[in-house]
Amino acid sequence: MKDYQDGYIKLALPKGRFISPTASLLAEIDLGFRDYSDKTKQYRLRSTRFPRLSAKMLQEKDISIQVAVGNYDLGICGLDWIEELLVKYPAGALVKISSLNYGEGSIHVVASAEAGITSLNELSDGRNDYRIVSEYPNLAEAFALNLRMRRFRIFPVWGAAEVYPPENADLAVLWGKSGADIATQGLIPLKRLLPVTAFLIANRESLESKDLSQILTCFSSKITTGPQTSIENELDISEELKVSRPLWQAKEINLALPDGHQQPPTAQFLKRAGLALQGYSEEMVSRRPSADLDWLGIKVIRPQDMPLQVANSNFDLAITGEDWLREHLYRFPSSPVKKLFALGFGAVKIVAAVSQEMPVADIDELRSLVQSSPDVIGAPLKVASEYIDIADRYLRDNHINPYKLIPTWGASEAFLPEDADMLIDNVQTGKTLEQHKLKIIDVLFRSSACLIANKGSLASSDKKEKMKFLTQKLRAGLK
Amino acid sequence: MQDLLPEDMLRFRRIEDVFRICCRSWSYQEVRTPTLEYLHLFTATGTLTPSMLSKVYSFLDWDGWSGERVVLRPDGTIPVARLYTDNLSGQELARLFYVTNIFAFEGTGKENRERWQCGAEFFGGAKLAPDVEIILLAEEVIRRLGISDVGLQLSHAGLVKALLKELKLSPGEEAKMTNRLLEGNWQALTRAKSANPEIDRLIAALLDLKGKSSSFLHNVKASFPKASQDFKSSLEDLINITTLLDNLGCSYKIDIAAIHGFEYYTGICFQFLAAGEKIGGGGRYDNLVPLMNGDAIPACGFALYVDPIMKLLPLEKERKGESGILVKGKELTPEIVETCFTVAESLRDAGHTAELDFTGRKESNYRWIVLVSGKKPSPFMLTDCVQGRPRYIGASMAEILKVVSEG
Repeated sequence: MKDYQDGYIKLALPKGRFISPTASLLAEIDLGFRDYSDKTKQYRLRSTRFPRLSAKMLQEKDISIQVAVGNYDLGICGLDWIEELLVKYPAGALVKISSLNYGEGSIHVVASAEAGITSLNELSDGRNDYRIVSEYPNLAEAFALNLRMRRFRIFPVWGAAEVYPPENADLAVLWGKSGADIATQGLIPLKRLLPVTAFLIANRESLESKDLSQILTCFSSKITTGPQTSIENELDISEELKVSRPLWQAKEINLALPDGHQQPPTAQFLKRAGLALQGYSEEMVSRRPSADLDWLGIKVIRPQDMPLQVANSNFDLAITGEDWLREHLYRFPSSPVKKLFALGFGAVKIVAAVSQEMPVADIDELRSLVQSSPDVIGAPLKVASEYIDIADRYLRDNHINPYKLIPTWGASEAFLPEDADMLIDNVQTGKTLEQHKLKIIDVLFRSSACLIANKGSLASSDKKEKMKFLTQKLRAGLK
Repeated sequence: MQDLLPEDMLRFRRIEDVFRICCRSWSYQEVRTPTLEYLHLFTATGTLTPSMLSKVYSFLDWDGWSGERVVLRPDGTIPVARLYTDNLSGQELARLFYVTNIFAFEGTGKENRERWQCGAEFFGGAKLAPDVEIILLAEEVIRRLGISDVGLQLSHAGLVKALLKELKLSPGEEAKMTNRLLEGNWQALTRAKSANPEIDRLIAALLDLKGKSSSFLHNVKASFPKASQDFKSSLEDLINITTLLDNLGCSYKIDIAAIHGFEYYTGICFQFLAAGEKIGGGGRYDNLVPLMNGDAIPACGFALYVDPIMKLLPLEKERKGESGILVKGKELTPEIVETCFTVAESLRDAGHTAELDFTGRKESNYRWIVLVSGKKPSPFMLTDCVQGRPRYIGASMAEILKVVSEG
């Protein structure tokens, strides 16, 4: 909620890749955020120099959206996430103030060296159906449309786009340090879409009606007047590149394994099951581990992406969480993905939580509160969640009305209480929620890691035997 | 987002009715395509501009895991061309028409996202005659709607494309220039100097001059003997069409730069203007069916834009005022209500519009009022609202019918 009278200014600061250069910048221009570092455990920061300036640390993906929505007056985030929003909603409420002159790499359109695509012309002339995988679906779509590609499908992913081509995608739109860096991954950079530099951004309305001058003055020494990079700029792809080609051949059965915090317990589980893998240990995780079964292809991708990737037959089997399977099946009830069995690790609860100050103990009381005093909460009820379809169904089933979903990329607790009234997220112990002065008002369900399969692969006469062999082997890993 | 209120709908239906009658009388057949189509239908032909495609409403279907997306129809012609290719391509000729809504969003959310079109498409046949046919049909609809001071502007996509070729741009530059022209930025063309001064002269002349008859085109032809073969054949095509229009007494203005958004057109393009607004447009699009993997079927068509036309139509008189009958119950007793329903039914059966009322409100704008009191021996009272005097009628329904039918 915006308040122009009190003159409070809210700044959204990035977590992750830009923390250390941003922290140096903030120290240099003396905004008074001493706690802003990758070590900090808190999301909320107060300026020691400007009493009316506060900041919150958010995922970069969220910053462009949150500033556009007006929850923050100013923000710092990468040009990639800004353009991802602006390319779809150009006349929106997000204003780029200036590049901050730090950042690394660019967003590239890449093809696999195996796919035989070497230039952009081939993409627009052909009648092929191109599969494009990206964390930046809007940029990917704009690219395809501008090139007048005749037929394409965009597969948004949570990460690891580089591992999809050539088997599971023809093109990827992804971040790379340089063309050469991309080439080492066996990919050909076809076009550089934009450089990833940090930008200072503002909400249009704040800029038009609120006095941000003190803060902008601090930034002014860092604000450049040079030409601002936009997506239109075409950049050379003529660098001499040595594309390394990873040994690759189509496998009969394809298995997806999780990266991130699900990786160690999955590795242990596979070890118990007697599946010897190279490149999937604590010491070294390759995106393409190899197994001692020559017919088995393995890729390491995000667990969030697995149900969809199994549904579209890119993988026959995958180890993911029941939460992500449920999220997928809520969205696509007739999806050909099936849970085979739970694996007994990675247990979490999916909960609904609100601020400890909210006078409700359960979802029924929350419903009454929303209905009886909408102004206490500020209707509609804002719900932050990374499980959009689970949250949507939960709110519908519980007759919470009206509500508004705020999609997040994890760490939904950072949104409460200022930017959301409620979160639906996974918890292991609930300690994080407590630290942020939140309380659980409902447990939606419990989730743990599970093995999922494509129904078509289970029934296919070519794959049936090997699928059976592999699932039996994995079952042996159950404690 | 926009509601169409009763008055709007009277105008809307009038446009639709006139359009349907005209199309049928020219032997066109009505079709309807689904509101949801696959996105790839609109990308497949490579004809819509990126900026237009970036404004489609698209979403995942039930099988969204396949990555296939569906869109709210952003264009009227492409779905009908698909309908023809999928279902009717065996026919040598197909004259089809439709009334449809199309959807597009713009960044502010202030403009209307839904627009209505009355369109007609002619598949097959030779050139020339169908081009003239669709122009005359569109003109007839506009004339019958009673819209005055309508201007017809003609251009030719083949001419424009031939001019672009003469500039000898790189494929990327040419694509960009095409996009600019499609968005109506014709200055871009004059700014792009070619190596050949003759071409610059041709471009300048065509963008500057506006012709009013085929003679203008003959003059262009004579002034630029060195123009490319593509240019000449397009010019010849336009000369043939305009000569025919001249002979049929159809007036127009040739203005190459007047038209934009001619994405899929290959030949003649035209648009109708009234009160400074574009109220319709069309043209020849010979490549669309082949690009959809259909046979090499030439085609042309037009659409009239219902929303701006609605603003130009005079409001029709409330029909009720001429013929409507109010059947009014004096009290809300079951007997009176029943009698009212019976009376209204008899009136409707006899072809009248009968409205029931039990509220006792002050009525207006009816031709007749039948007051049902239920009292014998005279349960009805009939009032002539035009003459303003009550006439007492006996118990006979037949008498009421006789009086109202005689007016």
